[in-house]
Amino acid sequence: MKSEKIVKEPLIHITKRDTMPPWQSILIRVGAVLIALAVSAVLVIVLTKTNPMSVFDAMFKGSFGSVRKMQNLMKSVATLLCISLAITPAFKMKFWNIGAEGQVLMGALAAAAVMRTMGRYVIPSWVVILVMLAAALVSGLIWAVIPAIFKALWNTNETLFTLMMNYVAMQIIQIFIAIWIKSGSGVVGYINEQSHRGWLPDLFGVKYLLNIIVVAGLTVFMFVYLKFSKHGYEISVVGESENTARYIGINVKKVVIRTMAISGALCGLAGFLLVAGADHTINKDLAGGMGFTAIMVSWLAKFNPFIMVGASFMLVFLDRGASNVATMCKLNDSVGEIITAIIIFFIIGCEFFIRYKINFRARTPKEKAPDEPEKPEQTEITEGEKAPAGIA
Amino acid sequence: MTKIIDIIVAAIIQGIPLLYGATGEIITEKSGNLNLGIPGIMYVGGISGIIGGYIYEKMTPNPVTVLLILIPLLSSLLGSLLMALLYSFLTVTLKSNQNVTGLALTTFGVGIGNFFGGSLVKMMGGTGGSIALQQTGKAFRAQLPFAKSLGSVGKLFFSYGFLAYLAIVIAVLAAFFLNKTRMGLNLKAVGENPATADAAGINVTKYKYFATCIGGMIAGLGGLYWVMDYTDGAWTNNGFGDRGWLAIAIVIFAIWKPLLAIPSATLFGGLYILSIYIPGLTSWQKELINTLPYVVTIVVLCTVSARKKKENLPPASLGLSYFREER
Repeated sequence: MKSEKIVKEPLIHITKRDTMPPWQSILIRVGAVLIALAVSAVLVIVLTKTNPMSVFDAMFKGSFGSVRKMQNLMKSVATLLCISLAITPAFKMKFWNIGAEGQVLMGALAAAAVMRTMGRYVIPSWVVILVMLAAALVSGLIWAVIPAIFKALWNTNETLFTLMMNYVAMQIIQIFIAIWIKSGSGVVGYINEQSHRGWLPDLFGVKYLLNIIVVAGLTVFMFVYLKFSKHGYEISVVGESENTARYIGINVKKVVIRTMAISGALCGLAGFLLVAGADHTINKDLAGGMGFTAIMVSWLAKFNPFIMVGASFMLVFLDRGASNVATMCKLNDSVGEIITAIIIFFIIGCEFFIRYKINFRARTPKEKAPDEPEKPEQTEITEGEKAPAGIA
Repeated sequence: MTKIIDIIVAAIIQGIPLLYGATGEIITEKSGNLNLGIPGIMYVGGISGIIGGYIYEKMTPNPVTVLLILIPLLSSLLGSLLMALLYSFLTVTLKSNQNVTGLALTTFGVGIGNFFGGSLVKMMGGTGGSIALQQTGKAFRAQLPFAKSLGSVGKLFFSYGFLAYLAIVIAVLAAFFLNKTRMGLNLKAVGENPATADAAGINVTKYKYFATCIGGMIAGLGGLYWVMDYTDGAWTNNGFGDRGWLAIAIVIFAIWKPLLAIPSATLFGGLYILSIYIPGLTSWQKELINTLPYVVTIVVLCTVSARKKKENLPPASLGLSYFREER
């Protein structure tokens, strides 16, 4: 392609990079985050018409303003991180499980059902908690394994399947609530409010501390599992290339089903933590869309559990901060979602510059002014097409 | 009898936004782009129409009917076009992951819809919290003059605003385009195997861009129908609900065929409101009926994949970015 004989070489030519020095790729990612933050800051200031300093002040107060706010921040970070860790093995395998929301909800529903049923009897709380945990893990697992089996058997599109499973899960919760709550209010209050049976205890008097410890342990476990275990190795090979995996004797179907089972069970764990350790109730918005946000966290962190800690913290912090700014200005608090999305757009966009290299056409004296009428972004493939035509 | 007609009319009304979303998504998916941002695009289509309509209706003393329709229509199309362009730029040009981009786009779109829906009145310096555009809503809901005089037939066929008929026209045109025109066949080739299409001289990038943008604009009209016709020019936050995902379900249910999407959307619209019309249901039975659309979709998805009939399967390269050096 670099040959001088080609009459017209494309203006821009994209090639895949082999590797990039780590510092360079980190620099690109950090740059993207900074640009995204700058864009979000400008957006918030324009929308709310307040001065930047008070915006930053309000953002900070939205997350750290009071003990209660800090506890809620940590609770959300722990939940989001837990779901992100749960879906990571499946994602690394390139199994596009976007059904985490449903798997979390099924886990939460099972935990809540056990909590309600066993709460009527005088049973030690730790027994209830253990049964809840087991029920949550199993239902999350079942909810994830169903699409995996169909994928393994008939190559059913897992993205669409798991997406639909989310809404089935939400509806099942609605059905159970309708059966449980005869008054028709559709609201399950605190379960076992008096006896606290099945509630995770506050360690050292700190709310949600047990959730945080469990998720911290899970982070380390997932790092080791993906990086140093045989399972982790099989997952990466299947993710890179199914043909290679088959060639070296990995049973791809088995790996797919097993990985989804683990993924689903851990989503169930997140549901258990929400019911037993945080909210002590059940409704269809319990996961609050975090099953979807977790996908973005896992992707942003490039499947590295430790980077996920920072990524989930950043997203939760920004979401809360921006909502606080909007509420302060008596505007709608959805501005947090907008900012989350902007940051994700920038980070997934910057991946391109890490994976691909842009080669501009070398300027030679005989070359005329560029006569391509179209915009360069849209033409990297179009232009490539013209080159062979030039030879012919 | 009148009750059955009532149910059918309600099903059609519920089905129209779904049909717009499904037709748009079919065209998008035929290019191999699985745009999970459709729910967000439909929110943006709705709110852009509202913003355009709000500025015109509230800022001019005597609004003209034609402009009351044209301004929201164009601003809605513009809004959804920008969203679809963003998706195309990220997934086609920058080759980022389609699932992640789509989900982020939905978060973005729903956020934009709710933010402006909840804040527009205050930002424009008006009073009161909620948006209600009576005149614009009335213009969009205008029926044919003889509809009332035809009794139940008139109610069944002529009692809708013009956007309802447009949805069916667009679906029929999309079917014609995909099956009978050279460009439609090229588009399907791109979705099945972009490398082969590229080798055959089809401009893959251009097709992906155009299909996603046109599909997005069609889907956005679904949001516009919802806010202007169904809710009469009023905006409620999260009022559109999860209908965008239901539209994606219809794409599967209709096995990627726009003509089948017309009855499918009506059926799903019917299932969405069926529980209201069946007397004597307990609330859990109602919720069970509301589960049907999703379960039916899953059954169809599995059956289609198990039977492996080529013409019923999803586009082969659905969800994959195309990079020509990577064949």
